[in-house]
Amino acid sequence: MAADPIAQFQIKKIMTLGHIGPYEIALTNSAVFMIAAVIFIVGGIMLAGRNVIPGRVQSLAEITYEFVAGTVRSTAGNEGMKFFPLVFSLFTFILVLNMFGMIPGFFTVMSHIAITGALAALVILTVIIYGIYKNGFKFFKLFWPSGVPMFVMPLIVVIEILSFLSRPLSLSVRLFANMLAGHITLKVFASFIGLLATSLGVAGWLVGILPFSMLIALTALEFLVAFLQAYVFTILTCLYLNDAIHPGH
Amino acid sequence: MTGDPRGNGGDDLSGRLRRLDEKLDAREAEEMRKQPAPSANAADRSGFSGGLKLSGDFVGGVVAGFAVGWAFDKLTGWSPWGLIVFLLLGFAAGVLNVLRSIGAMPKYGERRDK
Repeated sequence: MAADPIAQFQIKKIMTLGHIGPYEIALTNSAVFMIAAVIFIVGGIMLAGRNVIPGRVQSLAEITYEFVAGTVRSTAGNEGMKFFPLVFSLFTFILVLNMFGMIPGFFTVMSHIAITGALAALVILTVIIYGIYKNGFKFFKLFWPSGVPMFVMPLIVVIEILSFLSRPLSLSVRLFANMLAGHITLKVFASFIGLLATSLGVAGWLVGILPFSMLIALTALEFLVAFLQAYVFTILTCLYLNDAIHPGH
Repeated sequence: MTGDPRGNGGDDLSGRLRRLDEKLDAREAEEMRKQPAPSANAADRSGFSGGLKLSGDFVGGVVAGFAVGWAFDKLTGWSPWGLIVFLLLGFAAGVLNVLRSIGAMPKYGERRDK
């Protein structure tokens, strides 16, 4: 039994696709799971059908749509619906990859900060570019709180800008840290069972029931976290988009 | 809600349905206007995830301060002053993030003296 709880996060190269300059473009296990997730989502939407009485796949697709649409409307208002494709893609992508990660032996893509950081950068660049495009200079009022004495304003503005810059950081770190920590915990508890069984014999098997029951509970918790983190990422995306759509409301 | 009378005027069914639709739309719009942005707090009620979220917010501020300070030093060559100043400001930004995330502080761009 592999007792190293970190080994599951290793990126492995499956094949080399080519080179751009000195950089190798490789198909890794992470990329394979991302492609699988996209195929899964697109396939699910394709198979959903448009019956009046929905089947299983169609209900699932419709529930997901309603859920994300409700989230976008309630956080970013009706104007936010123009970002629905982005938000829906992010939500389903993260959710499906997190759920894939819960299948034993599968790779957890969202446990890498490179991935979550790229997603967060995408979100925050969308917010900045759209905010400036839509509101022009008024977008920067986000950093200019009214009702503050003039002599502390420079300090406040710098702090506000730093606070804004920290958003993509906490957005990406939250998702990545949750997935990483959760999967390490699962692996550690699972390896306890093996260690007890090999070192203590029959008594070990009996005592091993304790970490095993813990493992079952943790697995349930991890499913919750996998969903919740996808949802948190989505709702925070909507909140940030809301700032871009109406700054200084 | 508009000041519509509650009772129906004895119209046919489609008229009543239409009025109901209008009322529902008005009500939905009203509710949407009332709370344009409920915070992400609703997403994670439990203490553990709440704590993780707050610590993430705080650390995010400090890390942003560090990054900006480091870049500032690289660009201007005033090392280590950029790092010192921006780390402190990042600390403040982290505290601001936490205050904002628990709702003790107005959101971006809102008045402070309310």
